[in-house]
Amino acid sequence: MSVLVYTESEQGAFKKAAFEVASYAKAVANQLGTTVTAVAINANDTTSLGNYGVDKVLNITNTQLGNFNANAYASAIKQAAEKEDVKVVIVSSSADSKYLAPLLAIGLNAGYASNVVEIPSNTSPFTVKRTAFTNKAFENTQINTDVKIVGVSNNAFGLVENTSSATTEDFDPSIPELGVTVESVDKASDKVTIADAEIVVSAGRGLKGPENWGMVEELADVLGAATACSKPVSDLGWRPHSEHVGQTGKPVASNLYIAIGISGAIQHLAGINASKVKVVINTDPEAPFFKAADYGVVGDAFQVVPELIEKLKAFKAQQ
Amino acid sequence: MKILVCISHVPDTTSKINFSDNDTKFDTNGVQFVINPNDEFGLTRAMWFKEKQGASVAVINVGGAETEPTLRKALAIGADEAIRVNTTATDGFSVAKQLANVINTGGYDLVIAGRESIDYNGGMVPGMIAGLINANFVNNCIGLEVDGTSVKATREIDGGKETVATSLPLVIGGQKGLVEESDLRIPNMRGIMMARKKPLNVVEPIDVNAETTSVSFLKPTPKGAVTLVSSDNLDELVSLLHNEAKVI
Repeated sequence: MSVLVYTESEQGAFKKAAFEVASYAKAVANQLGTTVTAVAINANDTTSLGNYGVDKVLNITNTQLGNFNANAYASAIKQAAEKEDVKVVIVSSSADSKYLAPLLAIGLNAGYASNVVEIPSNTSPFTVKRTAFTNKAFENTQINTDVKIVGVSNNAFGLVENTSSATTEDFDPSIPELGVTVESVDKASDKVTIADAEIVVSAGRGLKGPENWGMVEELADVLGAATACSKPVSDLGWRPHSEHVGQTGKPVASNLYIAIGISGAIQHLAGINASKVKVVINTDPEAPFFKAADYGVVGDAFQVVPELIEKLKAFKAQQ
Repeated sequence: MKILVCISHVPDTTSKINFSDNDTKFDTNGVQFVINPNDEFGLTRAMWFKEKQGASVAVINVGGAETEPTLRKALAIGADEAIRVNTTATDGFSVAKQLANVINTGGYDLVIAGRESIDYNGGMVPGMIAGLINANFVNNCIGLEVDGTSVKATREIDGGKETVATSLPLVIGGQKGLVEESDLRIPNMRGIMMARKKPLNVVEPIDVNAETTSVSFLKPTPKGAVTLVSSDNLDELVSLLHNEAKVI
């Protein structure tokens, strides 16, 4: 009856989102008076989960699961859920977790609420608060089924340390036909992804051309941030689609979002609204982004950004 | 190849969002509805399969009669026929069940849905359809080629993309990248005239229990005014971000 959490790893190391969903699962387990069981797939070292309140790890090691496969991963988590007789399953909002969650929901006959931003306001009826209308509103949703799946929005809950002595048990689920096989992966492994990032540095048409992104990347480097861009920039082909944030692009829920040369169209603001602190740098003091931002600098990005990089380097050196 | 494109009828991206009935219902007053953008990218890709590979393209929506103009627009863009499942869309699961029922009887090879609707953002309908009809599934799809029954697809992943091989029958959770923004089609007069004559079949729903219920809505608390920092005093910005906002 424990709460099950799928803790994602990449190349054997847990993602930050794994610790966040584990922290969330612990809070839900406290509400329900039960324990937390994690499912880990091809993770090298599961002991770190004990820092975030996990009591037991079902550790799956299987070369067939070397690449992510939604069907196979959903099936493995389903088998873990059935073995442990769980009623609540927690997943993250990564691209992979959002891919597998609906399949898992059908497999478990479970109701699924995505983009959840708080722990359940009530456990009976089970009610969660989630974002809707692309962050223009919140929806309180009740999950009516016996088994429930909660997809936690990135950075919504944060990491909460809870030391426990997690026991690890090897688990060997049967693997279904994959159906979809990975042929190639094109990913910059040294960069922070928008989904995982605590800080996102984003730039728009105000930068005038793709050749001017050096300073955006440098600012991101200094802050350990991910880079993103506005819709026109991705439509113009200055930056890849995967960096486009906004209503039809990726949602951003970072702790800090820095917008450089982005005017702040309603569709853009909707996509980044879940970020906690927003900074805008723009030459136009009338840009709508100033109404949505916490901090603003009216100025030329080509002057402000390099200077901000220097100030931040000095700040980081002091820390 | 028989293609079914699932169309969600959603408020235009510029809409102001308000609620009525004690914040339990979305207030449609003064709201213009459009084809869900993620679905429109998929529909436009389906047009390519129709024109280059002779595919047939049907569009489907679960909703009341008020959603028909959105289906007519999809017909004007070039779909051959439309289907409306005559019930109010409640949760993602019940919508997926209604769609799966039509798909099972219609014998579609490829089902294209948007990765999520821009209203409820559930992001579950395409995957649930795949689970229900036992088809292959590619989510966040940004590239799709079909040759016979073999499929090459590109999926956006966190921080990059991935190329996968799969086969029909297939369900796609589509998004921008399937086609470019500039490929989207605005219906012309001829398309609009032809759309009036194309079949729009209304089918009755099956019995489904919703798995989730929308209880109430709330809007984010209004923001305080922006704190402006002079461009020649960026030390202050660093200090505010560190000491006040505590984000660096």
